Amino acid sequence: MAESENIVAETAEKIFADLADAQTINRDKEGAWKAPLWQALTESGLPLSWVPEDCNGSGASLAEGFSVLSAAGRHAVAVPLAETMLAGWLLAQAKISSPDGEMTVAPASPKDRITLNADGSLSGKARGVPFAKAARHIAVLAGDAKGLSIALVDASKCRIEAGLGLGGDHSDTVIFDKVQPVTTRPAPKGFEQTHLMLMGGVARSLQIAGALESMLEISVGYSNERVAFEKKISKFQAVQHNLARLAGESAAALAAATSAADAIANAKSFNDEVFLEAVAAKIRCSEAAEKGGGIAHQVHGAIGFTIEHILHRYSLRALGWRDDFGSESYWAVELGKLVANRGADELWPLVASR
Amino acid sequence: MTAALRFDPIRLPPECEQLRKEVRAFLAEEIAAGTFDPHKPNREDTDAPEFSRRVGAKGWLGMTWPKKYGGHERSFLERYVVTEEMRVANAPTRRFFVADRQSGPVLLKYAPENIKMDILPRICRGEVCFAIGMSEPNSGSDLFAAKTRATKTDGGYLINGTKIWTSSAHIADYMIAIFRTSPPTKENRRHGLTQFLVKMKQPGIQVNPIGQITGQYEFNEVVFTDFFVPDDHVLGEVDGAWKQATSELAYERSGPERFLETYYVLTELVRAVGKNPDTRSAEGIGRLVAQLHTMRRMSVSVAGMLQAGKEPVVEASIVKDIGTVWEQALPHRVRDLAAFVEETATNRETLENQLSFAIKTAPKLTIQGGTTEVLRGIIARGLGLR
Repeated sequence: MAESENIVAETAEKIFADLADAQTINRDKEGAWKAPLWQALTESGLPLSWVPEDCNGSGASLAEGFSVLSAAGRHAVAVPLAETMLAGWLLAQAKISSPDGEMTVAPASPKDRITLNADGSLSGKARGVPFAKAARHIAVLAGDAKGLSIALVDASKCRIEAGLGLGGDHSDTVIFDKVQPVTTRPAPKGFEQTHLMLMGGVARSLQIAGALESMLEISVGYSNERVAFEKKISKFQAVQHNLARLAGESAAALAAATSAADAIANAKSFNDEVFLEAVAAKIRCSEAAEKGGGIAHQVHGAIGFTIEHILHRYSLRALGWRDDFGSESYWAVELGKLVANRGADELWPLVASR
Repeated sequence: MTAALRFDPIRLPPECEQLRKEVRAFLAEEIAAGTFDPHKPNREDTDAPEFSRRVGAKGWLGMTWPKKYGGHERSFLERYVVTEEMRVANAPTRRFFVADRQSGPVLLKYAPENIKMDILPRICRGEVCFAIGMSEPNSGSDLFAAKTRATKTDGGYLINGTKIWTSSAHIADYMIAIFRTSPPTKENRRHGLTQFLVKMKQPGIQVNPIGQITGQYEFNEVVFTDFFVPDDHVLGEVDGAWKQATSELAYERSGPERFLETYYVLTELVRAVGKNPDTRSAEGIGRLVAQLHTMRRMSVSVAGMLQAGKEPVVEASIVKDIGTVWEQALPHRVRDLAAFVEETATNRETLENQLSFAIKTAPKLTIQGGTTEVLRGIIARGLGLR
């Protein structure tokens, strides 16, 4: 990690530690923590990390932004930071300046398509859009016969059917019923909806990996405190082996996600190799969210099943993040098709190229 | 706070890609010449002494060792590339693999100069085969229960006892073994074992083959009866073998051989499903490839940390735990996914033969070189639980 990444990540880490303490947030039913947290993030320029300075952003590198998302995952941050970063990144692809305030992106699923009409308006439905209800603007990827365009849309102009993801954060359906965007520009040549999905998927992978790091830490901590049968439960071999497996899942998620982030940060284009890295991360991190999160709950016993305990902040969000920007099942099918199409003897060269 | 696990996204440096091409070209020539068939991992005889010499001649043994001992002073990442390409091609590496990975590095660290000058260049030339004498009939995972005695005598030691599950002992020229030189102490039950270099194929050593459930005879029982080992064959500290085993384990545990043992069935599955797989096959293959890629990235990351002089013991144990569990399950997953492959698939027979062998191989993968249970114990210790 370069020195500058450390500084950006450390800034994010410090803000989360000060203003997004899991225990405090979990007790606060009114959401009073949200405004100060968002304000601090905004003042440090983090939500627009991936937006160049001439588009109203802070012009951080992709790698720096990814390190912010790892930190956000470790704190299971429940504000649209990743979403605003992705929206800013998408807008910047078409040199559209980012507005202030919370944003999100649509579509958030590889199956949804938004249409750009002849009159410049947008039509279509985007499901599972994270934090749409909280967003002031939505960065939209829309297509017509000529190709793809990127649009900045005022969220209040859209019909938004509120929904909740597993972690309790908004995951909404956004209906574009001839919505006129604030700005529309053509997407750069060669840009595809898949590229947005891969960026979103890697963001979620880093968040899941971060959440697993925290689940490992609090599970190890709990096992070293909790006494049963007259000894700490960390001394039972069955518990030790479960925690070793959780460490393995956490490690796999971390390795897959940071490798994918590194691949995208250094890629000149979204080729097969970058595709492998990005979707493998989403698949493997999603699997780790299930296996690792399951162990974290098992170690905690009943207390981890309570709303008062912080474990669910990480475990449920990690599970919910699996669904955004294409589930692991969806990407596994796409990766399987790619591998089959390249042929059996090209599989190892593909894997070894990374 | 738990010590954070590290898996930095290490990339193989550019010089590795040229090397990879050379290794692939060499292996293609060997396959064309009939040295081995990459589609047949279930050879009865996996010993290939001439192949071993040719690999040595290429400069791919002792790659990281000093030149004065016949080594090539290249990086661990370069060695990594050679290892993974050999493994994926199902090349017959048995004769040199242990010497190159494990025994050579032990000799480098603990053997006297005359022995290093004698043996290491021969390992690099692919001329000698090594075995590892750890397990005994009543001492497997519990290494420190070893009872085979080394009794001091004039100019050396007399060895009496039995090693077991010793891979390649029947073809090995040398063994690096641990023998008991003193009883354990009350304070330290690990005390009293010493590491020795043993020259095989001599009177006083009897090697009895043991059949495996795969039909192969790769491991053995090795019986020592008043076998003499000279003083200069002691490796490291007398009674102190327990101090010497740890750092090498990271190399032994994190390499590509820890998840590629049954890889061939995945290649053959992809061939069998063809260019347009159904959704079920596509999803299954996609998940397996994602898991494989992830493990390789973890393994390369550990190799990079080792190259940088770090000691990622916990990370290496995680790679072996996850990797061996995966390669063990792989033939079963491939069997699931192959259930609906067309009867007309041209490689159907190859796939079935491979599956049959891989499924029989699978149980050993989580036992050899440190069981899953031992590894999870090490990981738990790293997490601060023990």
